[in-house]
Amino acid sequence: MTEGERALTEGRDKDAPLDRMSPGARADFGEAAGSAPRNPPHVLIIGGGGTGAAVAHDLVLRGLRVTLVERGEVTSGTTGRHHGLLHSGARYAMTDRASAVECIGENKILRRIAPGSFEENDGLFVALTDEDAALEPQFLEGCWQCAVPTRRIDRAHALRLEPGLNPDLRLAVQVPDATMDAMRMPLRFFATARRNGAEIRTFTEVTGVTMAGRSVRGVTVRDHAAGRDYEIGADIVINAAGPWAGKVAALADVTVPVAPTAGVMVAVRGRHCNMVINRLHAPGDGDIALPQRGLTVLGTSSWPVDDPDDPGVPAAHVETVVRETSNLLPAIRGAEIRASWSATRPLIGESGTQSGRGMAREFRCFDHTLDASPTEGFVTIAGGKATTLRAMAEVTANVVCGKLGVDRPCETSDVTLLPHSAWYAR
Amino acid sequence: MSGPTPAPIQPAEPPPPPEVPGAAETTLSLEPPPAAEPTPEPAEPAAPTVHLRISRLRTGDRKPHFDEFECTPEPGATVLDVLIEIRRHRDPSLVIRHSCMHASCGTCGVRINGREALACDTKVAGLTAPTIDVEPLANQRPVADLATDMVDFYARLEAVGFPLVRSAEVAAGAEPPEGVKAYTRFENCIECGLCLSACPVSRTDRSYLGPAALAAAARVADEPRGQPLGPILALAAEPDSVWRCRDAMQCTAVCPSAVDPARALLGLRRRVAFGRVRSLLGRG
Repeated sequence: MTEGERALTEGRDKDAPLDRMSPGARADFGEAAGSAPRNPPHVLIIGGGGTGAAVAHDLVLRGLRVTLVERGEVTSGTTGRHHGLLHSGARYAMTDRASAVECIGENKILRRIAPGSFEENDGLFVALTDEDAALEPQFLEGCWQCAVPTRRIDRAHALRLEPGLNPDLRLAVQVPDATMDAMRMPLRFFATARRNGAEIRTFTEVTGVTMAGRSVRGVTVRDHAAGRDYEIGADIVINAAGPWAGKVAALADVTVPVAPTAGVMVAVRGRHCNMVINRLHAPGDGDIALPQRGLTVLGTSSWPVDDPDDPGVPAAHVETVVRETSNLLPAIRGAEIRASWSATRPLIGESGTQSGRGMAREFRCFDHTLDASPTEGFVTIAGGKATTLRAMAEVTANVVCGKLGVDRPCETSDVTLLPHSAWYAR
Repeated sequence: MSGPTPAPIQPAEPPPPPEVPGAAETTLSLEPPPAAEPTPEPAEPAAPTVHLRISRLRTGDRKPHFDEFECTPEPGATVLDVLIEIRRHRDPSLVIRHSCMHASCGTCGVRINGREALACDTKVAGLTAPTIDVEPLANQRPVADLATDMVDFYARLEAVGFPLVRSAEVAAGAEPPEGVKAYTRFENCIECGLCLSACPVSRTDRSYLGPAALAAAARVADEPRGQPLGPILALAAEPDSVWRCRDAMQCTAVCPSAVDPARALLGLRRRVAFGRVRSLLGRG
């Protein structure tokens, strides 16, 4: 055990359950006015995607000691593979208004706290058929209800904005979508969290959860770069493993209702649009095209998978995505495919335990103390999407701080993040 | 709590794959899941077996060594697909960096048969050599196996204050929508470090600013975005800057993202030279 690991486990009576500590003792670490907490609780986060990054950032701002472990490079799971849409919420305005409201709120916050990380070219929802165009009133009403700004654009105007659009389009609606670099935006959370004291350990895979009875005491990990195994003690372990959350939870004999759901994306050569181009119809396969540097990224399909590591890239899905998006932007049909790949979404499934605390509709934070078979010291954040990473972190940090008796408000809406390059600074 | 344990050194003969359903001998077959459409896919001809040699290094090792793997990738598989499958089914200790899978993030840069490339952007079928050697990028600090530390690369890039977002090239007649002043886009450079690895000057001169940073400086000179040009041009005029380049053009040859650092560097030289002439004429 090195000094670093020893420091992680020392200084605390590990056998004293937190819920038996007096409220005064709980609050003690953070109350010294103006000074750094002397001995804050230690929170361990499993998963180095956007969610884990944002949770680490939130918790260090609240004065906690944070260690994050990730089995590979940061953003090497679902986060880095997503198509880079900063949702306006308009996609959900007809079907899931809670999500739409959350997206537009987070959209505004992220532009504010991560300036320079977005192509802020807005998006269009394009109606190609009479059937699409008939949805216009419902779509505009939904957006209005959710405070997603819209501007109706007629056919000729839409073609001036985006000359590559299908000239047969009926109408379009402008919304405040944007695109992000799927890796570099979350890197800003990692960089800022680390600057504020979070310890981020990459290539460090969790091999087990250490327990005392039904209380989680920490994790055992394998450091693949150094080829060694060790243990990390923690007051609370947060499972932020995205579509792998079920596998991680199983290590603590806990069930979480995460349904890994894969989707295929395709990158074609050529920047065929500057705005985010969405199809105005019910969500379906191949309904979005986004610019990404000199490429256009096309998405996506959806199917359930058992193993988030191995979804494969079904050729039929690639064909569907290219065919459907080339109805929006005809030049895509003849464009060379640079890459096709799959990402696995961490959707909340209907199966599994229904216990735990539902915190919001499209993502949930589970305090497993509330499970039918309670487990102390273990929290799972599941579901969600890249646009809502900060909100997911806020909810999770609220739960964790509540359990630890830490009375510090969330500050992440107002803290400007360091640039992504700070992640690589010594 | 267990103390540090020695690295299990991968034998040249890879161990049998773990008990994973569908992952028996043909370890790299990516069984497509049931597609949404029930259209049967045409049977692919049997994929050829490829022989890989992967450079291995644990933290603290003095020298890397090669581990060898036989595998049978799916048609269309990239080198990154193969590396991920090896890590998944054959050797979980393989340390690799990757993120976006489509040549946009720049994390999976390696040397394949001695040539810098993004592993996600290199089809196995396109490699003709009988053995595929995969090594980490050169001119960067090793982390482990194929991962290198990008800290020196970014220190150089930071020196020129490179912004991520630039003005977009716009199709003829296109106008931005109301509320958007001008279309923007991310810079072409994906900060992968291939050019720094391929640069023969960087190999021998650690103080050379290198192709990526100089290309970034040229971009700032072309489109300052509020940055003052004086410090950028002063940096470019220093001895370890544009005049150290020997025009080997390897940076441009390996760039996966159409940055063309060699050309950018020539433009920057011209600016620096003009600046000197102007100052000699007393107009600087």
